[in-house]
Amino acid sequence: MALLTVREALRDAMAEEMRRDPKVFVMGEEVAQYQGAYKVTQGLLEEFGEGRVMDTPITEYGFAGVGVGAAFKGLKPIVEFMTFNFSMQAIDHIINSAAKTLYMSGGQMTCPIVFRGPNGVASRVGAQHSQCFASWYSHCPGIKVVAPYSAADAKGLLKSAIRDPNPVVFLENELMYGRSFEVPDDPDYIVPLGKASVVREGTDATIVTFSLAVGKALEAADRLASQGVNVEVIDLRTLRPLDIDTIVASIQKTNRIVTVEEGWPQSGIGAEIAAQVMTHAFDFLDAPLERVTGKDVPLPYAANLERLAIPQVDDITAAIRKVCYKN
Amino acid sequence: MKNKLRGQSKEQLLKLYYEMLLIRRLEEKSGQLYGMGKIAGFCHLYIGQEAVVTGIQSLAKEGDSVITGYRDHGHMIACGLDPRGVLAELMGRIDGLSKGKGGSMHMFSKEKTFYGGHGIVGAQVPLGTGLALAHKYENDGGVVFAYFGDGAANQGQVYEAYNMASLWKLPILYIIENNHYSMGTSVARHSATDHFYSRGAGFNIPGELVNGMDLFDVQTATEKALAHIRAGKGPYILEMDTYRYKGHSMSDPGRYRSKEEVDTIKQDNDPLSNCKRDLLAHGVATEAELKVLEQKVKQEMDEVVNFCEASPEPEAHELYTDVLIEDKQWPY
Repeated sequence: MALLTVREALRDAMAEEMRRDPKVFVMGEEVAQYQGAYKVTQGLLEEFGEGRVMDTPITEYGFAGVGVGAAFKGLKPIVEFMTFNFSMQAIDHIINSAAKTLYMSGGQMTCPIVFRGPNGVASRVGAQHSQCFASWYSHCPGIKVVAPYSAADAKGLLKSAIRDPNPVVFLENELMYGRSFEVPDDPDYIVPLGKASVVREGTDATIVTFSLAVGKALEAADRLASQGVNVEVIDLRTLRPLDIDTIVASIQKTNRIVTVEEGWPQSGIGAEIAAQVMTHAFDFLDAPLERVTGKDVPLPYAANLERLAIPQVDDITAAIRKVCYKN
Repeated sequence: MKNKLRGQSKEQLLKLYYEMLLIRRLEEKSGQLYGMGKIAGFCHLYIGQEAVVTGIQSLAKEGDSVITGYRDHGHMIACGLDPRGVLAELMGRIDGLSKGKGGSMHMFSKEKTFYGGHGIVGAQVPLGTGLALAHKYENDGGVVFAYFGDGAANQGQVYEAYNMASLWKLPILYIIENNHYSMGTSVARHSATDHFYSRGAGFNIPGELVNGMDLFDVQTATEKALAHIRAGKGPYILEMDTYRYKGHSMSDPGRYRSKEEVDTIKQDNDPLSNCKRDLLAHGVATEAELKVLEQKVKQEMDEVVNFCEASPEPEAHELYTDVLIEDKQWPY
């Protein structure tokens, strides 16, 4: 095991896969000479050269389309969005060109591409630079959607995403880049897509979450433990395909569930989980599902308002107490 | 000095004429079948523009790539695809190129390196530029032929792609099929400037205006453009001055232009008639020989229609296939 930041783990995943397969290359804004706007691609230009680490102009729609075209021809592009906020300009190529073409071609045209970059709320950058795209992308068939929390998962899941023959949207988090975790040294360490992880076992209630909010959920679980409430925490890791089996198995044990996400409530990840739990685990519930989400407003700039707009540990503990009828 | 027919053999010339005829008859048949309710949705016919794709693709080499928009039936014929696969797709049958799941606007052939068939106006331009990036990455000598219309020529993503293609010297020929109408809006009403071929100038991409109603003019311009691209000098733009006889799609009654305008072009500048005139004038074939070809196309089309009528619809289980590739086992 080595102690690595999420940033280093992501870089190592790309470097290892680029060594393994000459068809893998990286393109995006500032990924080469600048070493990445958030330094995730640090050192890749030096090792792999400008033919495989390509700076693009600031034209997301265009370079996303170029990446998809290259993938149609059999290359394996990793397209970095400086942040996923800018992927809204490129979403036409992600959905219409990458996600639908296998189906529209009767199975002929493959598109092995990864779109990656930081997603969600960063810190004090206002509404246009602070948005969670988890529910946007996970709504759509034809792609897989991944959102890791720990560095080990970030590395293992990114390696799977690069090797996967399908288009993958890989949602990182800027605030996680500098956090350190133990990561296995084995270069063949890899984590399957589509499998959630129980990151803390418990008996009284289940928190289902992903990305940065996993940390907040674990903190909430610690606080609740001191109050005699034993919480299980599930890190979804992959949002599409959604690992509903792991969620249902946990509900069968705890009979209570809270979902946590930074995105807006309507049609969100929590809304989808609520619907699936209704179908698959209704009889096991002792309380209605509770959602903790970003507030239903564009993200404000002012420090106090920003804090109010995104899920905090207190919001999670309150939701758990509510489903446990401990208010 | 090559003559008007560019020194091509009789066999080559008759093949080109046959291909243009086949595209026209396929499109006429598609129009009829649409009228009979056997083809549905959007269906964009290529009649009037046949010389463009036939001339350009006659100069493609094995391994080159082709991509276009939704007016794509003729392009697939010019790429050597079986008209049965095209028409069966239009009719939503299992023998269609996309098993009936794509439709008129979404057809592909990996075997013939035809990359669609794209329904979003202009999408094929960055996608084609990505294909060109792959050719350069693999250093395989291949060139991309990316077709789009005068309407798509106003899309922002076209210029994003021009910029990258020129910056990275990618092997791609951009072909603007200017048929003078972006759906129902004439060029004069949708474009601040009408010289689409010159719009690459800001990106240092050379361009040329070509008479797209003359097969041999198309070939001559394409040969010059391909010499530039294959020499590693980067992209090239050809604007093809052409015309579509039918509406934008089957649901378009065409009230934005006069019947006289359409009739005049049909009568005076039809690409098939122009080709036939040249073949006769240069003694390549007699009227009787061309008649035989026309009969042969008609017969082939009848067989195609019979095949497609007999082809079944996709089975219900196909609804859920081809969403994701699932046969590759992790960790791959």
